[in-house]
Amino acid sequence: MSRFIPVRETILAAAILVLMFLIASRFPGFVAPSNLANVFNDTSPLIILALGQMVVILTRCIDLSVAANLALTGMAVAMINVAMPGLPIPVIIAIAILTGSFMGAINGILVWKLAIPPIVVTLGTMTIFRGIIFLISDGKWVNSHEMSPAFTGFPRAELLGLPVLSWIAVATVLIFAVMMSRTPLGRSIFAVGGNPHAAVYTGINVGKTQFLAFVISGALAGLTGYLWVARYAVAYVDIAGGFELEVVAACVIGGISIAGGIGSVGGAVLGAIFLGVVKNALPVVNISPFWQLAISGSAILIAVAFNARAGRTKGRIILKSAEKPVGATP
Amino acid sequence: MTDTGLQTRFVPDRLHSRAYRTLRSWEALLLVVAIAIFVVNSFASPYFLSAWNLSDATFNFTEKAMIAFAMALLIISGEIDLSVASIIALASTAMGLALQYGAGTPELVLIGLTVGLLCGAFNAVFVTILGLPSIVVTIGTMSLFRGISYIILGDDAFRGYPASFSWFGQGYIYWVFTVEMLLFVIIAIVYGVLLHKTNFGRAVYAIGNNPTGALFSGIRVQRVKFILFLLTGLMSGVAAVCLTSRLGSTRPSIATGMELEVVTMVVLGGVNILGGSGSIPGVVIAAFVMGLVTFGLGLLNVPGIVMSIFIGLLLIGVIALPRLWGMMAARRGR
Repeated sequence: MSRFIPVRETILAAAILVLMFLIASRFPGFVAPSNLANVFNDTSPLIILALGQMVVILTRCIDLSVAANLALTGMAVAMINVAMPGLPIPVIIAIAILTGSFMGAINGILVWKLAIPPIVVTLGTMTIFRGIIFLISDGKWVNSHEMSPAFTGFPRAELLGLPVLSWIAVATVLIFAVMMSRTPLGRSIFAVGGNPHAAVYTGINVGKTQFLAFVISGALAGLTGYLWVARYAVAYVDIAGGFELEVVAACVIGGISIAGGIGSVGGAVLGAIFLGVVKNALPVVNISPFWQLAISGSAILIAVAFNARAGRTKGRIILKSAEKPVGATP
Repeated sequence: MTDTGLQTRFVPDRLHSRAYRTLRSWEALLLVVAIAIFVVNSFASPYFLSAWNLSDATFNFTEKAMIAFAMALLIISGEIDLSVASIIALASTAMGLALQYGAGTPELVLIGLTVGLLCGAFNAVFVTILGLPSIVVTIGTMSLFRGISYIILGDDAFRGYPASFSWFGQGYIYWVFTVEMLLFVIIAIVYGVLLHKTNFGRAVYAIGNNPTGALFSGIRVQRVKFILFLLTGLMSGVAAVCLTSRLGSTRPSIATGMELEVVTMVVLGGVNILGGSGSIPGVVIAAFVMGLVTFGLGLLNVPGIVMSIFIGLLLIGVIALPRLWGMMAARRGR
């Protein structure tokens, strides 16, 4: 039965519904379709990034440089737009994706070819990317009046009632759903995370798969970089500061195991939506936005504790008296 | 860093002498880097070689290094604590709150240390009793602890710490030697002895190399890890006291991003991020390297954010270069 109904995702979806019901009981305006569309649109960048992060975490890596990648790409395309206002938007998007992929590839090469732990690599590149933004922009802002109307208008343009930004998130979700379940790459990503040694014996190149995961994550960060800067119509050094933690949080809440190999597209999307609902509900229910950080922290802890309890396989205990070997054999 | 698997194909018939191994060690390489940076800095800026300037420069790393020593043990045991900067924020906020109720300097220090210890215990419960991965738990508590500070303070700041409280972060023991330097030295010695000379230290290495093996050889793995999280929390409390005393105010954004600098310092010091190896002298030298780099660049009017590029390059470079050399050597030898 549980094969057909994913338990973790169902519980998370139920939690989100309960949360929305509670909010709606006092503030019915929150669940009006137009407001829900706003919440989804607001959460779209997080959904896109969470999917990229999911792929990376599934291969037993982590990408802490996504927010810095986003900010650097955003600044780069904003400056290109200022220098060449006539450049068509598809070209801008292509540049953003390529820039992001290139930065992801740097992470990937360091992890693949030099076998440096991913957390070290991405901690390093995170600070380097942020520094480079300062170098290329001289610490200055690119403001909305400097950007071309086409540049800022694209993610906000409405298509069948939803902004383009939302549609891009929907498209990304669909592409990932197909990629993870219907392509060799998706299967090898799960295989590498589930058991790297076994993956090698089945002919999967572990390092190359991790490299590709970083490139995917980087490409999405680059794409989001353009969307972010265009949507908020401003680019500066610190945009999306600390957003990498929110992205990791969305994955953890969505049930993606930090040990790799376990997770789903649905989980990542629901994790992101959960955080998005909380973020958007706080001002509605008159709670100071300063509560948001503590709430998302608590949500991470609850989610990880819950997932670990649910997912723990019962093994034979051969050393009962000494100490429970929890965590000793992850 | 010797256990990368690259050197294992060649087994010598006898080991090199102790002196040779010391010369070839990570710490020796790091020391050369530190001296090189020192020399370059003294040529680059005429203001570098001044006792008072160098004394000021130590503030760049003393507080981070206090945490880095405890973090080194934690990382050697195979865990990590990314919440240290947020513990500083929460401890500092608690001290500021106590100040509003008329707490004096001794109470403030006690509260700072206690909150640090409690935060460490909170992390420890999740990691050792519930058996959750420390990286996720501490990413969660990183948001939670700083989040509580934001709930309490919002946009505000606590100010008006008593004059006697400023001794910890601004006081001098003798001439240019600050109180923080003294604390740095004491803490370095304590952790050096703890890691390298006690059974507890051996247990930390054993757990990092093979937790299951350590468990079966009678080491109380979870208890050791619990203590390590407590120590890291306590050290964050000490750093909170020093930092709050030095700044003279508390904002919820205090010490933002410091966890990354602490981890960078530990990894730069030769501690294997995957656990099992590393040394306290390495972390001490790494602290000086990072302090000298940031201070030297600061004298040359390089903005802080650009300095972070150097720190990032340093972090990746020191790990990547030896591996590159190892790979090139292996290719040539084939």
